Amino acid sequence: MSVAIRPAVAEAPWVRRFVIGAAVLSLALLLLLPLLAVFTEALRRGLAPALAAIVEPDALAAVRLTLLVAAIAVPVNTLGGIAAAWAISKFDFPGRRVLVTLIELPFSVSPVISGLVWVLLFGSQGWFGPWLEARDVRIVFALPGLVLATLFVTFPFVARTLLPLMQEQGRAEEEAAATLGASGLQTFRHVTLPNIKWALLAGVLLCNARAMGEFGAVAVVSGHIRGETNTMPLHVEILYNEYQFVGAFAVAALLALLALVTLLAKGALEWLTGRRQGVETP
Amino acid sequence: MGDHVPGPALGFTQQPESGAPRRGVAVEVSGLTRQFGAAAALCAVDLAVAPGEFVALLGPSGSGKTTLLRILAGLDFPDSGVVRIGGRDVASVPARQRGVGFVFQHYALFRHMNVFDNVAFGLRMLPRARRPSQAAIRERVRRLLALVQIPELERRYPGQISGGQQQRVALARALAIEPPLLLLDEPFGALDAQVRKGLRRWLRALHDQLGITSLFVTHDQDEAMEMADRIAVMRDGRVAQFDTPAAVLARPADPFVAGFLGDANRLECAVAGGMARFALPGLSPLPAPGVPDGPGLAFARPVEVLASPAGSNGRVVTVRPDARGLRVVVAVGPAELEAVAASDWPAPQRGAACGVQVVSAQVFAA
Repeated sequence: MSVAIRPAVAEAPWVRRFVIGAAVLSLALLLLLPLLAVFTEALRRGLAPALAAIVEPDALAAVRLTLLVAAIAVPVNTLGGIAAAWAISKFDFPGRRVLVTLIELPFSVSPVISGLVWVLLFGSQGWFGPWLEARDVRIVFALPGLVLATLFVTFPFVARTLLPLMQEQGRAEEEAAATLGASGLQTFRHVTLPNIKWALLAGVLLCNARAMGEFGAVAVVSGHIRGETNTMPLHVEILYNEYQFVGAFAVAALLALLALVTLLAKGALEWLTGRRQGVETP
Repeated sequence: MGDHVPGPALGFTQQPESGAPRRGVAVEVSGLTRQFGAAAALCAVDLAVAPGEFVALLGPSGSGKTTLLRILAGLDFPDSGVVRIGGRDVASVPARQRGVGFVFQHYALFRHMNVFDNVAFGLRMLPRARRPSQAAIRERVRRLLALVQIPELERRYPGQISGGQQQRVALARALAIEPPLLLLDEPFGALDAQVRKGLRRWLRALHDQLGITSLFVTHDQDEAMEMADRIAVMRDGRVAQFDTPAAVLARPADPFVAGFLGDANRLECAVAGGMARFALPGLSPLPAPGVPDGPGLAFARPVEVLASPAGSNGRVVTVRPDARGLRVVVAVGPAELEAVAASDWPAPQRGAACGVQVVSAQVFAA
C-alpha cells in the first residue's frame, strides 16, 4: 500500500466506527425498541382483539376527538405562526424581541402548567369560571379547553420553523414586489409564500404530530370523561390503568402510526425539496 | 397600461389614450431628514434632478446615499422634508403606487420564479382592468429581455445565471412597469471589474435610449465620473456638492470633496497673503487666491506632484509603471505622497533621493 494521506479533519477509523455505532445503538435502544414494543404488545393476541379495541365506541370517540382537536389547532397555529414569523422577520416594531421569546414560551413551560393555566382562568374556581358558569359556557373539561391547551402547546412549531428561513431571506424580495406595484396580499401570495412553502409544510406536520400526541396539558383540562373528553393519549392511559393492555397498546399503536405517517410525509417533503433545489441550482 | 416609455428598442409603440408618452420626470428633494435612532442618515438634503438626467449619488459608505434612494422609492420614509416626483408630493404615496423602478444592490430577484416570470411580475400585478393580455405580456417581456440582451435566459432561474445576467434581469424587471424614474442601488457593486466596465457603458447608452430619469448610488468615483450627467457627492447625510463630473473634479466645493475625488494627497499648509506654505520640507509655496490667512489644507492629485532627480527633499519608496508614465510614491519628511516621475527621469530607483514639488493644488482654509 502506498502512504495514506489523511485529511486533517478525518478521524481515525476506530473513532468513526465508535461514534457511528454509539449513534445507531442509542437510536435503536431509545427509539426503535419502544416503537417495536408498542406494536408487539398490541398484536400479542393477534390482529382481531387489537382491531376490536380500536373500533370500540369509546376508542372511536377518542380518535374522533383527537382528529377534531388537531383539525382546529393546526390551522389556527399555522395562520398564527405565519403571522408571527412574518411580523418578526419583515417589520421592525417595538417589542419584537419580546415576541420572539414569547413564541418559545410553550417549549420551555411544562405541559402540565400549559394545561393548568386554562383551569386557573376558566375552571369553576378560576378567574372567569363563575362568570362562564352563570352563562352555561363550559371551557375546561370540554372541547374548548382541549383546543386551547393544544393550541398553547403547539404554537411554536410553525413559527419556529419559519422564522430562521424568513429572517435569512430578508425583505428584499418583498420590497422589490412593492416597487413593482404588488399589494401586501399579492406580495404574500406570489413572493413570500412560495419561498417558505416547504418549511411551512414541515412546520405544519410537526405541529400536527404534537397536536395529536399531546398528553400533559390535555390531561389537566380534559377531566377524562370517556367518550366525551378523552383524546387518544388519554384513552391509552385509562385503558392501561385498567389493565386492558391489548386495548391500550392497540390505540397506542394507532397513534404511533399517525405520527409515523406524519414523519414519513415530512421526510418525503424534505427529499422532494432537496431534489427540487438540486435541479434549480446546479 | 397608460404610461409608456418611448424608444425604438422597447418598441412600446401603442400610444396611451391619455396623451403624450411619459419620458423622465423631474425629482425634487428639499429639507429631507432621516434619523436612525440617534444617528442622522440624512440631514436637510436638497436635490433637484432634471427630467431625463442621469445622476450619481457618490459617497463613502454610511453617507446616506442608499437611504435617499430608498426614500425616493417609498421603501423608507423621511422624518421631515418633501419629495416631489414629477412635481407631485409623494409623501402619502406608497411604494407600490409610485411607479418607480428600483434595481436592488443584490438584485432581489424572485428566486422561485424563472427569468420570464420575474420580468413579467410587475405587469401581472396590475389591476385586472389595466393588465395587458397574456400575449401582450409575453411580447413585452421578450422585448425587454432582448433589450437587456439576454433573450436566451427566459426559462432559467436566478440561481442558474451569473451576477451580470441577474443584474440585467433585475433591470428588465424594473423597466417592465415603464417607470419614468429608475433608481439603482450600487448597480455594479457585486460584479467583477471586467463585467462592470462593459455594463457601465451599456447602461449609460440604455439610459440615453429610454430617456427616463435615473439615479444611481455608487461609492466608485470612476463609475460616477464615467456614467453620470451630474454627481451628488454625499457625506454624513448631506450633499457636499452637486455638479457635473468635470466641475466637481476641477472645483471641489470643500476639503472633503477634494480629498474624496481623484485620490488626492492631503497636505497641511499655512496660508498668508494668498500664498500657501507647506508644512513638509522643501515644497515651494503655491498661490492660494481667496483663501483667508491661517492654517490651510491643500489637496494635490498624484499628477500634480512631480518627482525629479533634481533636488533632495524626498526619497522614492515605490515605483509603478502606468500607461501615462511612471507613478511613484515618495517620502517627504514624515509623509508619503503619490506622485508622478518627471518625464526626463526614465528610471527612478527605489530608495533614490529625489526632489519633490507640488505643481498645483486645491487649497482650503482648515
